[in-house]
Amino acid sequence: MRSGLSVNPGLPVNSGLPVRPVLPERPVLPERPVLEMANLRVRFGQVAAVRGVSLRIERGETHCLVGESGCGKSVTALAVMGLLARGAERRTDVLRFQDHDLSLLTERGMARLRGDRMAMIFQEPMTSLNPAYTVGSQMTEVLARHRGTARRAARVRAAELLARVGITAPELRLGQYPHQLSGGLRQRVMIAMALLCDPDLLIADEPTTALDVTVQAQILRLLQRLQRELGLALLLITHDLGIVARMAHRVSVMYAGEVVESAPVRALFAAPTHPYTRGLLDCIPVPGAARRDVPLGSIPGVVPRMVPGFAGCAFRDRCGQAMAACAEAVPLRRIADGHAYLCRLAEDWGKAA
Amino acid sequence: MRFSARHLAALLGAAIVGGTLAVAIMAPLLAPHDPYAQDLMRRLVPPEWLGGTSLNPFGTDQLGRDYLSRLIFGARISMLIGILTVVTSGTIGVTLGVLGGYFGGRVDDAVMFVITARLSIPLILVALTVVALVGSSLAVVVATLGLLLWDRFAVVARTTTMQVRNLDYIAAARAAGASRTHILLREVLPNIVSHLLVVATLEMALAILLEAALSFLGLGVPPPLPSWGLMIAEGKDYMFFSPWVIMVPGVALFVLVLGINLLGDGLRGLLGAERGQ
Repeated sequence: MRSGLSVNPGLPVNSGLPVRPVLPERPVLPERPVLEMANLRVRFGQVAAVRGVSLRIERGETHCLVGESGCGKSVTALAVMGLLARGAERRTDVLRFQDHDLSLLTERGMARLRGDRMAMIFQEPMTSLNPAYTVGSQMTEVLARHRGTARRAARVRAAELLARVGITAPELRLGQYPHQLSGGLRQRVMIAMALLCDPDLLIADEPTTALDVTVQAQILRLLQRLQRELGLALLLITHDLGIVARMAHRVSVMYAGEVVESAPVRALFAAPTHPYTRGLLDCIPVPGAARRDVPLGSIPGVVPRMVPGFAGCAFRDRCGQAMAACAEAVPLRRIADGHAYLCRLAEDWGKAA
Repeated sequence: MRFSARHLAALLGAAIVGGTLAVAIMAPLLAPHDPYAQDLMRRLVPPEWLGGTSLNPFGTDQLGRDYLSRLIFGARISMLIGILTVVTSGTIGVTLGVLGGYFGGRVDDAVMFVITARLSIPLILVALTVVALVGSSLAVVVATLGLLLWDRFAVVARTTTMQVRNLDYIAAARAAGASRTHILLREVLPNIVSHLLVVATLEMALAILLEAALSFLGLGVPPPLPSWGLMIAEGKDYMFFSPWVIMVPGVALFVLVLGINLLGDGLRGLLGAERGQ
């Protein structure tokens, strides 16, 4: 998967000159992560939605956030964009995007970054475009806002991007309203719109969940190609481990507002360590290996609602390996190569037997 | 597009409203006589179809003024009151409703308080008091009605904004760096405008009727302006022997209000259908 990349994003570059992809219009900066957050916490009143998430995304890297519904993936993304709903409380030790400390930026400063340096695409392409305007006017609007581009030039750029995301007859599409486009086309338009200002960070919140399977594959391939071509840092939120295997360089598995395991994609699939990660992987039917008489794995129960001040492992009520000590603080264990997990169990648990 | 009874009704409504508007604009060209010119020798002449002459097709009133001319100039008053009131009340109501609906929380509490306060005020009573205190003129009637009739705009704008606010394209617009003003004016407003148009027609009809009522009570536009309500008021003493003095402006009022309502109803159907609702 990484063969197409000339920068190995997982490793810090300390010596020698790495071969970089040729990217025009952008100065070569000392390598620092595009997005870095440490101990991000988000609360909605008495619900702790995100409880200390730390992430680092480098240029040209795809970082997947995986987890079941309600574990805080989308809230994490919205917290980065500064788009949390009213009443949400965001705290963080570090929240840095390139040279900007996002925790210090005003709403106006955030608005300047959003859609320009950082962009986001949403799950529901059917409702993400404003039904009252043509595709063209919505796209030129973004360029006018951030770049002050004149209408005609903006239209040219918009058409160029539509072509780039694989839309034939872009000129025609520019004049159409969202209801005239199919779901797959709308998602392509959303992607094109997100890329208008050549962002450095793209956050995709389950971008293919609402699409047909065949269209899903096309959109994923498109995202992958664009990421390589543009050197985007991509934060991809999904609950589909198949997508993770295909797209990710690094994976963070989230559970109940925490990252319970984080690893390079190969390491995660080769040696899943946290009981939750293993449970998730057991739920996937493998063609050829799944047998009719053996039920597919499942994790009993649902994600608990976390209240602030909760201590110990959040997964203990659903975990087959739970012990009394799990109610106390859980250690973060590091395995080699940037692989870490949040559990008392040793990394080779369950394998000796 | 499918052609149905609803389209027909909407077209009929549009024709009536458009026709009245055209008549109002071109009143000086259409009116056969000066609406203020009295001819005391020709008082209460019946309309042509009741045995009158073609000189006064709709007859004359108790002062011998040509009824058709007064009716035509009266359309000006009605349309003027209707449109100005809707513009004033629409601006107030939509501003309040959109702000409350979008920001929610305390802003919404404040907006709701103002709306309920307004709803507890009896319309006619306040209108009467104001006119009695300030004196009656066209401007006073427009201002009073405009400042009172915004409640439905506010309620509808508020609820529709609340529905629109949580849609993905608003989030997408924010994610694309749009400012608050931009979101309110360019993302929210165009998507609730179809609902507001329907309210506007209802309010316009209501404003026209209220003006007629106020004028009938002698507290609306002052004579000798040819308001339809005033025409009915002035004619009421003669209605037993000359019923047309009430009938003619009454029918005009009825037809115009019906036309506006048909138009509003048709618009609601058409705009709803277009969105696939």
